[in-house]
Amino acid sequence: MTQHYLSIEGVSMQFGKQVPVLSDLWLGVEKGEFVSLIGHSGCGKSTLLNIVAGLLHATDGTVILDGVSCEDPGPDRAVVFQNHSLLPWLTVYENVKLAVDKVFKGKKTKQQRHEWVIENLELVHMTHALDKRPGEISGGMKQRVGIARALAMEPKLLLLDEPFGALDALTRANLQDEVMAIHRRLGNTVLMITHDVDEAVLLSDRIVMLTNGPEATIGQVLDVDLPRPRDRLTLADDARYVAARRDVLRFLYERQRPPAEKAA
Amino acid sequence: MDPRARYRAVAFDKPAPFALPSFNAAPLLAFTKRAAAQVLPPLVMVLLILGIWQLACGGTGSALPPPTKVFKDTWPLIRDPFFDRGGVDKGLFWHIIASLRRVALGFSLAAIAGVGLGVLVGQSKLAMRGLDPIFQVLRTVPPLAWLPLSLAAFKQTDPSAIFVIFITAIWPIIINTAVGVRALPQDYRNVARVLGLSHFEMFTKILLPATVPFIFTGLRIGVGLSWLAIIAAEMLIGGVGIGFFIWDAWNSSLISEIILALIYVGLVGVCLDRLIALAGRFVSKGTA
Repeated sequence: MTQHYLSIEGVSMQFGKQVPVLSDLWLGVEKGEFVSLIGHSGCGKSTLLNIVAGLLHATDGTVILDGVSCEDPGPDRAVVFQNHSLLPWLTVYENVKLAVDKVFKGKKTKQQRHEWVIENLELVHMTHALDKRPGEISGGMKQRVGIARALAMEPKLLLLDEPFGALDALTRANLQDEVMAIHRRLGNTVLMITHDVDEAVLLSDRIVMLTNGPEATIGQVLDVDLPRPRDRLTLADDARYVAARRDVLRFLYERQRPPAEKAA
Repeated sequence: MDPRARYRAVAFDKPAPFALPSFNAAPLLAFTKRAAAQVLPPLVMVLLILGIWQLACGGTGSALPPPTKVFKDTWPLIRDPFFDRGGVDKGLFWHIIASLRRVALGFSLAAIAGVGLGVLVGQSKLAMRGLDPIFQVLRTVPPLAWLPLSLAAFKQTDPSAIFVIFITAIWPIIINTAVGVRALPQDYRNVARVLGLSHFEMFTKILLPATVPFIFTGLRIGVGLSWLAIIAAEMLIGGVGIGFFIWDAWNSSLISEIILALIYVGLVGVCLDRLIALAGRFVSKGTA
């Protein structure tokens, strides 16, 4: 068996004595790859992400990143949370600084750490609001700071938990473009959860589609063979883009009906 | 083009304002209006109450003095709050300071112990199961009921009074801190875990700042109760203090002095409450 950079091996998750949420899930992600997890809500996407992050312990199976087992959470797997999770009593600068100080204490000087905070906030275009508190900036800006905080930790793996889910369509498109630009520039390995088909096709190298829970597992994996850099306007008419989009939609709405419809 | 030149050009291009460069009275008027809206209603109510009081107690043979008599009787005390003729014959300032000193000591101890115990009870399920029932029983014991016990234990009046303050103020501080710790969003815990914060860093960088608004709610309730308790305790223990001043005035049938002292007690109580609220806003940097 070839060694993947991130290797999810036979992961199952069961809460208490209920039916397992995830069942025997296998997935390999290569270095620098952008992989999306898509599925209907309640299928266990977030559970899987939390297991990879180390925030939850799988009942069965293991997650291995760069040869190391992911038992506990750590800064090598930075998470961008859906609701940004910035600390409201700290400024934008201090929120990122907290992460940088923790990860790079002893490795970088005070001056270097300061510059690193600024550099990462520059990456997401937030240097104009260094001294603002999260309560004083918009949802999109908060998510930018959340991304900067995660990037500043120089993680081996970037975990995005529906990072744009709570944003309006225009802000979302804007941030998607920026995440693509950052990914192109830094070559991060990214695992993103989404329920947005366009977002998945636009951003990903591969789309992993989960079956409906309980006992969710991987239903289909789609390679998105589109050249980068990608542009949402030119792609809209691209046959490969349309085909990929159709494949994902077919999976979600033909093979895996949304749970509510099935019940009806 | 030099940006400054452009700025200048713009400045000159602007049409001259038509209004005379006279003093603009509108903002001042608006401010006065707002201030009046705040100050006038309570002022009217106070005057109304004083009026009713004057009418009710103005007649001869009334048990309580009317406001005019209170003012006349206590004018020497109001005019000179700083006199000191030794013993307990001191100005009201010294009595209030003595009471405040006891509250400051007892309340500070209660704040330290209360936050500590609150964090413990909020963090550990075992500690909560063990301690919470005890807290629930003890917190219903009235402050003064502790006084005989503390007098027996300390054999001195001052530490006893301070202990009564401590034991009165500590319960709301413990309970509110514990609620705050338990209300810590899971997201913040996740952030701490992803960053790999140690237990100590988790405590100082996440738990404490997130709990500050709750702690200050407890402190505010606690300081109010302290002030209630000290007046009662001082009536029993004697010595310098506003509580004993009131009791002493009663023993000398100086009803006007009692009324003046009550007004001072109320005003100081409000000041204490506002002080803690202000400190809370300062510490939480307005994010609460």
